[in-house]
Amino acid sequence: MARVLGTSIKRREDPALITGRGKYTDDLKAAGMAHAAIVRSPYAHARIRGIDTSAAEALPGVLAVLTARDVAAAGIPGVVPVGWLLPDLKTPAHPMIAADTVRHVGDAVAVVVAEDRYVARDAAERVAVDYEPLDAVADVVAALEDGAPAVHEEAPGNVAFDWEIGEREPVDAAFASAAHTVELDLRNNRLIPHAIEPRAVLASYDSSTGEMTIHMTSQNPHVHRLLMTLASLGMPEHKVRIVAPEVGGGFGSKIHHYADEAIVGLCSMKLDRPVKWTATRTETNLTDAHGRDHSTRCALALDADGRITGLRVDTAAAMGAYLSTFAPAVPTYLYGTLMSGQYDIPAIHCHVTGVFTHTTPVDAYRGAGRPEATYVVERLMHLAGEATGLGPVEVRRRNFVSPDAFPYQTQVALAYDSGNYGPAMDRALEMIGYDDLRSQQASRRDNGGKQIGIGFSSYIEACGLAPSAVVGSLGAQAGQWESADVRVHPTASVTVYTGSSSHGQGHETTFSQIVADRLGVDPEAVEVIHGDTDLVQFGMGTYGSRSAAVGGSAIARSVDKIIEKGKKIAAHLLEASAEDLEYEDGSFRVAGSPDRSLALGDVALQAYLAHNYPDDLEPGLSATSFYDPANFTYPFGTHVCVVEVDTETGSIELLRYAAVDDVGNVINPMIVDGQLHGGLAQGIGQALWENAVYDESGQLVSGSLMDYAVPKIHNLIPFELDRTTTPCPHNPLGVKGVGEAGAIASPAAVVNAVVDALAPFGISHIDMPLTPEKVWRAVNS
Amino acid sequence: MTVSIQLEVNGKPVQAAVEPRRLLVHFLREDLGLTGANIGCETSLCGACTVLLDGNAVKSCTMLAAQADGASVTTIEGLARNGELHPLQEGFWEKHGLQCGYCTPGMILSANYLLAQNPSPNDEEIREGLKGNICRCTGYHNIVEAVKYAAERMS
Ligand code: FES
Ligand code: FES
Repeated sequence: MARVLGTSIKRREDPALITGRGKYTDDLKAAGMAHAAIVRSPYAHARIRGIDTSAAEALPGVLAVLTARDVAAAGIPGVVPVGWLLPDLKTPAHPMIAADTVRHVGDAVAVVVAEDRYVARDAAERVAVDYEPLDAVADVVAALEDGAPAVHEEAPGNVAFDWEIGEREPVDAAFASAAHTVELDLRNNRLIPHAIEPRAVLASYDSSTGEMTIHMTSQNPHVHRLLMTLASLGMPEHKVRIVAPEVGGGFGSKIHHYADEAIVGLCSMKLDRPVKWTATRTETNLTDAHGRDHSTRCALALDADGRITGLRVDTAAAMGAYLSTFAPAVPTYLYGTLMSGQYDIPAIHCHVTGVFTHTTPVDAYRGAGRPEATYVVERLMHLAGEATGLGPVEVRRRNFVSPDAFPYQTQVALAYDSGNYGPAMDRALEMIGYDDLRSQQASRRDNGGKQIGIGFSSYIEACGLAPSAVVGSLGAQAGQWESADVRVHPTASVTVYTGSSSHGQGHETTFSQIVADRLGVDPEAVEVIHGDTDLVQFGMGTYGSRSAAVGGSAIARSVDKIIEKGKKIAAHLLEASAEDLEYEDGSFRVAGSPDRSLALGDVALQAYLAHNYPDDLEPGLSATSFYDPANFTYPFGTHVCVVEVDTETGSIELLRYAAVDDVGNVINPMIVDGQLHGGLAQGIGQALWENAVYDESGQLVSGSLMDYAVPKIHNLIPFELDRTTTPCPHNPLGVKGVGEAGAIASPAAVVNAVVDALAPFGISHIDMPLTPEKVWRAVNS
Repeated sequence: MTVSIQLEVNGKPVQAAVEPRRLLVHFLREDLGLTGANIGCETSLCGACTVLLDGNAVKSCTMLAAQADGASVTTIEGLARNGELHPLQEGFWEKHGLQCGYCTPGMILSANYLLAQNPSPNDEEIREGLKGNICRCTGYHNIVEAVKYAAERMS
């Protein structure tokens, strides 16, 4: 049989999606369905003096208006919890509906349920809330200043946590004796995820059974069920079924448990009928957890040969008004631990202050901590290339962890299991035609006019979040394994139940390839079921580029267990010993006697008939695995961006973008490339256009697609991709993960390119996004 | 109060009484059950709701159902003919021009309009022609490939 791993099989997901038959949450209807509209605070910080719901209730078609009082009266826990704890973390309560204080624009204060979507919105506008506006602080640095308005009484100085990793003294010593030092103050701009499908939920409670089915935009239905039942609604976990139908992108924003979904659940319980809520774009932008928002001071020390001797990082990371689901982990264990990059750095210290601000909460967004870390390290490497005179290529090469040093223990907890950084850099240089570009650059510099810049980013990421014991010791309130139940049916077709839930990544296609390859069956004979807590055993979901490495490995394990059991059945039927059996291309064979073999179908049928069957074996042919990996996986690569900067106008044109990524073994190259493309667009978007801007009063001024510049098709260029392959040594597939690589690597590559173009102007840094105005000002200052 | 409208949707006559303020996209999705046109912004900025109205690509979130009176509307559901995918649908599938699929119906219908105006666009013309449609998943690389594939198939 032809190999199916490593083949660009067309996606089985697509026929429904290209014909309009795919069903997203808002497409669903239920008999008796009502519509909810949520009333939100227009202030960043205010006391609620009173709420008058009478005008809303008087509108024909309105079924209910609920406020915090109704949450209290329902006798439910009523809060939105945080799922990752750090030492001394301040965890002020996040009520589902604000009772007396609102803390960001968009905080929920009431909900209206009506027979009709339009009436619900009309009524929401009639809810009169008497606010006493209070001083607010939206900026992460301003929030730490003396006298800044307090977001929570429980968090003096607005500090949510104070965290560090690595050792300070060796770093100080490295700086004291350094031949070269470079330093940088930077902002990592706040981003809004912008999945094109806004968040939505359809909750259907049935008082006759006490059960509730919730269809919602979720990357991890089991995690949502756990948080929803435990902390918000106080329902028994087994009475709630969460289904993620088609999900229109997530990028992290649909990991988190939000107040809104719980509010809609409560409405359904109160009214004993299905209730649907779909966010408007403005609402989803005000409530989806944002990403990034760091202010960082960082510095690198190098010796006379350009070898790094120390790295120092101090970051203030915005948490927003409340701690979102995984928020505390993002700027700490997913950030500080990545500070060694691809380099052998003998001394690192990273200090992070988590800061409450009167803004939308910040949590994991594509890359989650790792883009921020890569940005710090790779911006510093660019400056180090200049300071040492080695240039961006040689300074990186000189400091790469050498291929024979793996496993490599960094100074910031992570142990890289594998890597080979030089070849990816070499290939990127070759693709881009580096020497030629440098000579073009030189002649532009001589002749004036538009300048060319070349920027590098040699990134590493830790993905496939795991293992459970390690993340538990670091504060996770959840395990980080993944589950798979693989069932071979009597006719030898297969159904896989995976805890990894897709929202555009093509899991069904990819996972069917894993089973087909390992079990020697046609991919078409494999069905993949995900995203339903009633069908699938507990699972952790899709985020952190973990689906193939952790979810896929769980599937591989289950297939291996099935083959082991099949060997026992086949051995019985063939009157051989199970140890002498081999499994290949869908048949069990006695080693050395090729004529004595049985097809999987024969064995599967016998497993269910159990007529002629080993005494000590149970019937059936299925296996469940909960795969808990031994380590993270460590994809890496080198990206090169080439830009042209018009120094007269400050505008930037992308000329080339080449990316060489090592994501380990590749299951479906077409899908892998697609993941990279999408990540690149988001990372380039961060570097050049995207910015969530709050004004001083805490209003989100770039909350719509009019003001927040999501990359459009004419802004971008074709991407040039290639790969090296260093398989992950510790999982059964040798895969590492690819979903976030593009977003992690690209911001630094783009900014380094622009700064490189502007080097003759003495410019060493401009904060993202690199708008023409900022570039023009830098050139003209 | 309602107004009565008569139009053609995917080749079939439709008669309805709608609230004057009802958006075309809600009429298609909720009244006719044609949920292929998606809502990404409701403010005519994302293009997920794009349909063809008398052959022109329009954003159905920015139009009232009442304004479509007398028009002929094609949604993604009406694009395949006799069970055969339209070359654009094929192209998006073949070239991996979609991931989550949410932008896809609108993207395909905008591309359909583009190819009607310009049957063999170059890369730049494709990128120019589709700039009213946002995709957050694909980085657009394969969308350009998908449209080129369809243009070739249709020529
Ligand atoms: S929903 Fe119509 S353009 Fe976005
Ligand atoms: S495929 Fe997800 S928005 Fe385009």
